[in-house]
Amino acid sequence: MDPIIELDSLDVRFGGRPILKQLTASLTGRAIGLLGPNGAGKSTLINTLLGFHRPFAGSARVLGLDIRTQPRAVRGLIGYMPENDAFIASMTGVRFVRMMAELAGLPSEQALERAHEAFFYVGLGEVRYRPLGTYSLGMKQSAKLAQAIAHGPKLLFLDEPTNGLDPPARARMIQLIQEIRDRGDLHLILSSHLLRDVEECCDQVLILKDGNIAAHCDLEQERRANRRFLELEVRGASNGCFLEALEKLGCETAQGAQGRVKLVLPEGLEIRRLYEVAAEQQIQIRRLNHKRDSLEDIFLKAMENSEARNGGL
Amino acid sequence: MAVYKKTYRPYEGPLTAAWSRFLVIRRYAFEDLRRSRFLTVFYLATFLYPLIAALILWVEHNTSALKLLNLENTSRLIAVDAGYYMTLLGWQSMLALFLAAFIGPGQISPDLSNNALSLYLARPFSRSEYVLGKLSVLLTLLSWMTWVPGLLLFALQTYLEGWDWAVAHARIVAAVFFGAWVWILLIALLSLALSAWVKWKPAAGALLFGIFFVAAGFGGAINAVQDTKWGYLLNVSNLVGSVWVQLFEGDNPTSNGAVFFRVAPGSVIPVWVCWTVLLLLCAACLYMLSRKIRGAEVVR
Repeated sequence: MDPIIELDSLDVRFGGRPILKQLTASLTGRAIGLLGPNGAGKSTLINTLLGFHRPFAGSARVLGLDIRTQPRAVRGLIGYMPENDAFIASMTGVRFVRMMAELAGLPSEQALERAHEAFFYVGLGEVRYRPLGTYSLGMKQSAKLAQAIAHGPKLLFLDEPTNGLDPPARARMIQLIQEIRDRGDLHLILSSHLLRDVEECCDQVLILKDGNIAAHCDLEQERRANRRFLELEVRGASNGCFLEALEKLGCETAQGAQGRVKLVLPEGLEIRRLYEVAAEQQIQIRRLNHKRDSLEDIFLKAMENSEARNGGL
Repeated sequence: MAVYKKTYRPYEGPLTAAWSRFLVIRRYAFEDLRRSRFLTVFYLATFLYPLIAALILWVEHNTSALKLLNLENTSRLIAVDAGYYMTLLGWQSMLALFLAAFIGPGQISPDLSNNALSLYLARPFSRSEYVLGKLSVLLTLLSWMTWVPGLLLFALQTYLEGWDWAVAHARIVAAVFFGAWVWILLIALLSLALSAWVKWKPAAGALLFGIFFVAAGFGGAINAVQDTKWGYLLNVSNLVGSVWVQLFEGDNPTSNGAVFFRVAPGSVIPVWVCWTVLLLLCAACLYMLSRKIRGAEVVR
C-alpha cells in the first residue's frame, strides 16, 4: 500500500524551540490515529502537514506530494476539522459550508448541493439554515465535520473531533467517522488524546510524546496477535505435565503464580484442543482469557519507554 | 445524488480556476454588505456630488438651460480644469474614508474572532489570496465612488467640449486614476490592518479616523512646538494632498490641493518624501496583516 503520509526527519521549531524532533515514519493505514498527551505535538504535526508551519528541517509527503514544494496541491486533497471552534457565527450553516466548498474549488452550484448533502449526512439537515452561532457544541462539531467533507477530500484530518461532546453525541460522531472510514473513499487521520476514540476508529496509530515518536504500530496486527495470546487459570493434579502437553502441541508457555499459565497458540490450533488436553491431564480450566494488549497498554508502554529513553539520556 | 441518501461520496466534478478563488471571498462579503440598509443608503448618497458635477457640466454646454437660468451671457459657469477634478476627488475621497471606516473593520475581525482562518487556509487558498479577496471588496466599492465617476466626468466633458479639450487636459485622466488609487489603496490597507489587530469593530473604525485626524493634530503640535514643517509627516491627508498636486499639476502647481487635502502654504514637504512615507505606511499595513493572517497562531 502506498504511504499516506511519509515523515522524513521532520523537524519543526517555534522560535528556536524544537516542537517536532526529527520525526521519521511512513503511515499507510486507512484510518491513522495520532495519540499523545497534551503538548506532544499532534496538532503541530497536522498544522505542519497543512502548511501552516514551515519545517525547520526534513520533509514530509502527503499522498505523495511534498508539503514544502506543493503545499497548495496537498491542501487540495485534504479536509480539515480543527480542534477549536472555527466558523463564522453570523453565517447560516449551509452558507458557511458552501463557501468553504467553493474555496476548495467547487463551482457554486455543486458547492451548494454538496453543502446540503453534507449537512444531512452529519445529521444537521433540519438546522442548516440557522446561524452557526446558535448551534449547540455537538452541532458545531458536526458542522465542522460537514465543512471538512463537503468538497470530497482524499484525506481527512480530524483534530479532537469528540472534544466536549456528551456520550450520545460522541457515539454519533464516532459512528460517522467509522462510516466514512468504511466507505473506503478516503483516508483519515484522527488526532486525539482519547484512546477509546482512536481504538474504535483507527487501524494504525502513531504515538507522540514531547515531539518524538514514542510508538508506531498497526492496531490490526496487534489485534490479530492478541487473538493467539491466552491466559489460563487452572486447577488440578500437575501443572507441569499440562504445560509439557501444551508444548507438544506447539504452544509457547509460561507458568505464573497460583495456577496461572500464559501461552501463545500456534497457527491452526483450536482452543477446543486445550480443553481436551486438560481433560486428559485431569486439569480444570477455571478461566481462559484472551490477553488483550489494548491500545491503553500500547500507549502506556510507549510512554514508559519514552521516559526510560529520556532518563537514559 | 439526492440528499435523502445521506451518505458520503467523493467529489469527481470540475474545479474552478485557482486564480479565481479570491473572488469567492469578495462575493460573500458583498452579500453580507448588501444586507445593511444604512450602508446601501450611504453608498447611494456618495454619488450625489458626481451627479451634481455632471449636471453642472451639462448645463454649461446647454444653451437652453443657460437661458432658462438667465446665464446665457456668462462666459463660463465654472472652470473645468485640474482644480475641478481635484475638488471632486477630494470630496469623494473623504466619503471613501467614512465608508472604509464603516465596512473595513468588519472584514477580517469576525474571521479572527471565530478562528475561521484555519478553515480558509486549510484549502488550496493562500494568505495573499485571502487578503486580496478582502481588499478587493473595499477597492471595488471605493473605486466606484472615486476614480470611476472622475473618469466618467472627464469623458462627459470630452463629449461636450470636444477632443481638443481632452488632449489639452490629458494629464487629468492619469491624475484622477492614480491619485484615487493612492488614497483608496492606503485606506483599504489601513482599515484591513486595523481589522486584523482590533477585534472590536467600532474601536477599529475609530482608530482609522484617529490615524487621520489625531495624528494630524499631533503633527501640528510638533510643528508649533519645534517650529518645523516635518510634523506634517504625521498628517496623512497632507501627504496625499502633496502627491495629488504633483499628479494634477506637475512641478509648477497653481493650487495647494483639494478640500480636506490642502497642503499648508509654506510648509510643503518634498514630494518624494511624501511618496516614501505613504509607501512605508502601506508596507507597515502589509506587515501587520502578514503577522495576523495565519492558519495557526504560534505561541512561542
